[in-house]
Amino acid sequence: MTGDVFHFRPYNVGRWAVWGGYGLLLLVAPLVFSSSLSQTLLSQMGIAIIGCLAYNMLLGQGGMLSFGHAVYSGLGAFLTIHALNRVGAGTLHLPVGLLPLVGGATGLVFAALFGFVTTRKSGTTFAMITLGIGELVASMSLMLPEFFGGEAGVSSNRVVPPAVMGISFGPQIQVYYLIASYCFVCTGLMFAFTRTPLGRMLNAVRDNPERVAFIGYDTQRVRWFAFMISGLFMGIAGGLGAINFELATAEVVGAQRSGAYLLFTYLGGATAFFGPIIGGVLMVLATVVLSELTKAWLLYLGLAFMVMVMFAPAGVAGLVLANLRLAAFGKLRPMLRWYGGLVVAGGIAFFGASMMIEMLYHLQLNEALGPVMKFCGFPVNVRNPVAWMAALTQVLSGGLAFELVRRRVVVQWEAAQADIERELKRREAA
Amino acid sequence: MTDVAERVAHARAAASPARVALELRDVRKRFGKTEIIRGATLAVNAGERVAIIGPNGAGKSTLFNLVSGRFAPSSGEILLDGQRIDGMAPHRINRLGLARSFQVSNLFARLSVFENLRCAVLWSLGYRYAFWRFLSDLRDANERAEELLAMLHLERRRDALAMNLTYAEQRALEIGLTIAGGASVVLLDEPTAGMSKSETRRFVQLIRDVTVGRTLLTVEHDMGVVFGLADRIAVLVYGEVIAFDTPEAVRADPRVQEAYLGSVLARTQAEEA
Repeated sequence: MTGDVFHFRPYNVGRWAVWGGYGLLLLVAPLVFSSSLSQTLLSQMGIAIIGCLAYNMLLGQGGMLSFGHAVYSGLGAFLTIHALNRVGAGTLHLPVGLLPLVGGATGLVFAALFGFVTTRKSGTTFAMITLGIGELVASMSLMLPEFFGGEAGVSSNRVVPPAVMGISFGPQIQVYYLIASYCFVCTGLMFAFTRTPLGRMLNAVRDNPERVAFIGYDTQRVRWFAFMISGLFMGIAGGLGAINFELATAEVVGAQRSGAYLLFTYLGGATAFFGPIIGGVLMVLATVVLSELTKAWLLYLGLAFMVMVMFAPAGVAGLVLANLRLAAFGKLRPMLRWYGGLVVAGGIAFFGASMMIEMLYHLQLNEALGPVMKFCGFPVNVRNPVAWMAALTQVLSGGLAFELVRRRVVVQWEAAQADIERELKRREAA
Repeated sequence: MTDVAERVAHARAAASPARVALELRDVRKRFGKTEIIRGATLAVNAGERVAIIGPNGAGKSTLFNLVSGRFAPSSGEILLDGQRIDGMAPHRINRLGLARSFQVSNLFARLSVFENLRCAVLWSLGYRYAFWRFLSDLRDANERAEELLAMLHLERRRDALAMNLTYAEQRALEIGLTIAGGASVVLLDEPTAGMSKSETRRFVQLIRDVTVGRTLLTVEHDMGVVFGLADRIAVLVYGEVIAFDTPEAVRADPRVQEAYLGSVLARTQAEEA
């Protein structure tokens, strides 16, 4: 590495604007949303963004479907919390702000260890091994209570006097800015990675591992190195989580957390670099806000995931990019009213469906409170067949309208894409 | 240079030092109970262009897979510049200077043409698994990829994704990925398969251009291409090399006539007449 300084050079105006805007967004977000709930949410979003970006290094850029990636963020979280306790006890001398790097180192080491096994294989076998390792570590968390703290987990206190320059990490806002700084730097580093020889060969391995071997690269090495780098950033996310919550429980290494990384990275969009940033934001909105609004939040999440897989496999980011492309060729405007139709029809169907879901949940869980529940501010009697009929009618009529509009949209969409292709050919020939 | 003159010069250059670039010694490959390659022996001189011909199922593709490391031979030795490579992993063989193309285009579908080529030059330029340098700063890799683009006549398709190329363009990129790393021994598996006559003619010229100074081993069904390109022809029948000589000698060889060429040659000659 001698002489090769890591130089990240955003060289054009567009890139300056994007990164400047991203930094500014991280900077002013807690000033705009200044309630303590928003600060909590924003802190978690910063962590989730790092996690999803790191996860997507494997999923989107390397074509590796990992079912056990919470292992690396989770172990990072545990090591960080133990380190934090040491710092608090005065046996370890590290500034609290650098402790996420302990998490990063942990993620890196375990990714090197486990990854050496998992990355020998690709495809389904790879996915199965990651699932196995995920279960292994999750079960270890209950078998080694000294390290994992058993059911209660390991708690700590992030405030270690003396405060440096007034920063004690006591107030949430200070933790937010710590997370935001890490989030910005990690996002930059992970973007830079996509522009390096290893980053590009990782794409090549995703597209065609066989051919990679015939241009001189060891595909297992490429996968392994990428796996380690991904583990490093997962660990940093885990470490930040430990400082943020002052707690690490078995849940952070569990299968559900691993599943969440996969699900939200996919929802945000695995094919674009910025997709997982959207995914991270969605992750916090769903797991914190949606779960407060309704007990059936996992059901809604599952539905949203299914709809995305079927109709928009490139995720939210894919939708954004595809429509930007339409806009660039002046084809977006005529599509807008069709989108409007989709939203209205989908909204009606969704309203009906969610009414039925909530009535069902009310029947199952809250019977004791009587047959009347509140739905969108209105009282609804779950024992009244008319309510059910109304909801069902909405689902059916909305669903039917949605499907009809969707078919028209697909036709329009394909026509627009064909026009763009023709236009591109024409430009190429010119 | 005319075709004939070029071939003579090429053959002479190949013949004078007579260094063996690639050698197969009694190579065998069994799949279960069936022996596909049954003691193939072949020595290709450095700088020589050799075509392997033979009926369907003779084991031509298997032979390529053995030499390039996709499969390990059941027995026998394969030597590249005197070094044993049988049973080595494909990437190791590639690093020693042997590259191959595929019968069905085997590209990086979601990368652009330029990125495909740049990936293919990275290892040979020593960039290995670097994650501390930017691709855009690697001047030699970028220049080499641009050169290849021009050589393959794909400049206009520079930023198109490989999956969006036409068939002929994909075949050209396939050759490009193969020669990009500067391998001294190049294996081309049916490079002109599925192409029209005019495309084939252009393609043969392209193959000639990009293999100057290299050792070429190609599997080919188009006899026009074979006799136009090869310094020597190896005839593979049922997993054995039954003849290995100049095109003229192979054409005249009665065993070859009997085993394979008779019908094909008659057709080609009828077309030429």
